[in-house]
Amino acid sequence: MTQKKLTGLLLATTVLGSAVAASAQDVTLTIESWRNDDLSIWQDKIIPAFEAANPGIKVQFTPSAPAEYNAALNSKLDAGTAGDLITCRPFDASLALYDGGKLADLSDLEAMANFSDVAKSAWQTDDGSATFCVPMASVIHGFIYNKDAFAELGIEVPATEADFFAALDKIKEDGTYIPMAMGTNDQWEAATMGYNNIGPNYWKGEEGRLALIRGEQKLTDEAWVAPYRQLARWGAYLGDGYEAQTYPDSQNLFTLGRAAIYPAGSWEISGFNSLVDFEMGAFYPPVQAAGDECYISDHTDIAIGLNAASPNADAARTFLNWVGSAEFATLYANALPGFFSLNSAPVAMEDPLAQEFVSWRDKCNSTIRSTYQILSRGTPNLETETWNASVNAIKGTETPEAAGARLQEGLASWYEPQQ
Amino acid sequence: MTTKSRLHIAVFLAPAVLVYTAVMIWPLFNTLRLALYTSGEEGRVFSGLMNFRTLFGDPRWSESFWNALGNNFWFFIVHMLVQNPIGVALAAILSHPRLRFAALYRSAIFIPTILSFVIVGFAWKLILSPIWGIAPSMLDAVGLKSLFAPWLGKEEYALTTLALISVWQFVGIPMMLIYAALLSIPEEVLEAGEIDGITGASAFWKIKLPLILPSIGIISILTFVGNFNAFDLIYAAQGALAGPDYSTDILGTFLYRTFFGFQLQLGDPHMGSTIATAMFAIILAGVCLYLFAIQTRMRRYQF
Repeated sequence: MTQKKLTGLLLATTVLGSAVAASAQDVTLTIESWRNDDLSIWQDKIIPAFEAANPGIKVQFTPSAPAEYNAALNSKLDAGTAGDLITCRPFDASLALYDGGKLADLSDLEAMANFSDVAKSAWQTDDGSATFCVPMASVIHGFIYNKDAFAELGIEVPATEADFFAALDKIKEDGTYIPMAMGTNDQWEAATMGYNNIGPNYWKGEEGRLALIRGEQKLTDEAWVAPYRQLARWGAYLGDGYEAQTYPDSQNLFTLGRAAIYPAGSWEISGFNSLVDFEMGAFYPPVQAAGDECYISDHTDIAIGLNAASPNADAARTFLNWVGSAEFATLYANALPGFFSLNSAPVAMEDPLAQEFVSWRDKCNSTIRSTYQILSRGTPNLETETWNASVNAIKGTETPEAAGARLQEGLASWYEPQQ
Repeated sequence: MTTKSRLHIAVFLAPAVLVYTAVMIWPLFNTLRLALYTSGEEGRVFSGLMNFRTLFGDPRWSESFWNALGNNFWFFIVHMLVQNPIGVALAAILSHPRLRFAALYRSAIFIPTILSFVIVGFAWKLILSPIWGIAPSMLDAVGLKSLFAPWLGKEEYALTTLALISVWQFVGIPMMLIYAALLSIPEEVLEAGEIDGITGASAFWKIKLPLILPSIGIISILTFVGNFNAFDLIYAAQGALAGPDYSTDILGTFLYRTFFGFQLQLGDPHMGSTIATAMFAIILAGVCLYLFAIQTRMRRYQF
């Protein structure tokens, strides 16, 4: 009897609840994302700004954990329960969703005109005919350093590789600081903050990356092996027991002021800002000889697309146009220093470290991580193998030449242009 | 009449059989079936034993597989050589009638077993951390700092270190099983031995050990199955890539990476199922070997 009453009550509230929602005539858009760190920024800054300008559209930000995002999103899309707006990973993960009909084609969205071809390349079909996500931000690689430590030891910001290693030698000799905070336990830092950080200077950014995709260069070429040779020299400057040092260990070593240089991605900025009590600076990967052109990894990292099955496509397009606007770019870049807008309109940022990073776009040539587009589609996976090879190079368990040869052999085993 | 009287057996068995079929037998056979397909242009295509040919024939796949299997065997050997003898020894000591605080020791040794793998992996990673860990400072305190190495980060030590962590966690299980077996040995047998002059250590070797051999057999097979299905500890401590340089990669982590994908690598359920099938076959072979070759020959004593 009581159970029946309860069921009736529940039923009544559901019916009433939906009636209330319907009478308000509001459309609610739900955003799927892996950026659960940014929840408060979306709720307090970004969404209110949009809702104020667009009455009648409500937005909900519903992130999941980064490691689970791809799997969770795929099953939600298959089950038809995914949100209206989908935060897009770069390249193949999103391309697979578009090819599977899960993401709508957004090529005709007005805001797309605000983005360069390079900015859009991570969310396009291979021939560039369709774009399916609005680019939001990229991350830039470089080195963050402890300004106080540099001043104390009288070290200038290194511009060339020789300067860089001279600086490392000096820090090591002095002994107060660990020269460089990086470990090889988690493996990805060695590739992402190591190989793909310093590499573009050798393979000349986009030129080498595209030549590799076309099959005109090989991973055994000097330009692709030389970065491993530099990594092999890093090992001597990392902290004691770096073999078992994890990514959070490295972050802590640097923010506690125990290490002088941190091979970084710009996404660290906001986290580091709240932790350090010394002044931080940043420098881009030192070039081989003074006067050489510099190249930086300015990696397209995050975008947002439209669930092809969304019943609120019109409202969602309004939101996406707003995401492509200069207003959103300013809001986002300042709320999250270190995630740089891909919008063609210049964005004013307040954070000095973020300004330093973004200023390299004018001095150097931008490229993206070499392994992300097309080259990591097969088995063995080039990205994973690069992690492994970079770690081996740093530890000295594999020679740079052997690593290059192994990776080339793996790539050639499935990638036709390299055969 | 006989058929009617037996109908109730089927009725009473039905719930358990149905549930077991739905959650165990069906998924198991479906996984085995999945190994026989590949994903082609038009969805799933039947390909017979092609996946197995790739797994064992392709030099890259087979190298990963044999590496994982070899590591798995080492993991198992460490457990057999360290965990089980220590478990037996602890049980023998605990069952000594004049030992005080036996219950306390028993619980203390058993507690790690009920901890989650994630906690064990994380705690030991911290203990052994070269930066914040207490292991280097403890060694330093006794002047043996030079013996310390970042064990989890070195190819040559990482797997053994993880195996020993697992031993630390699970030594309570063989201890408990053997302890129970030792308690079930009747006093009369031991007293009869005493009259014949067999006391102390020789009572253990000559009377107790032969009587607990069947339990040791069961423990061995449990260790075998547990180790070849292991995944959690390696994943919690070293991640799915089972570093450094795949030196801690066991079949479980290899399966996980292949089935669910990793970073930019998309998951491949068919090759994943192939590995799962190979694991199933290995475990099945091991268990059969034990059941038919060893257990049937083991002598049992009735009291």
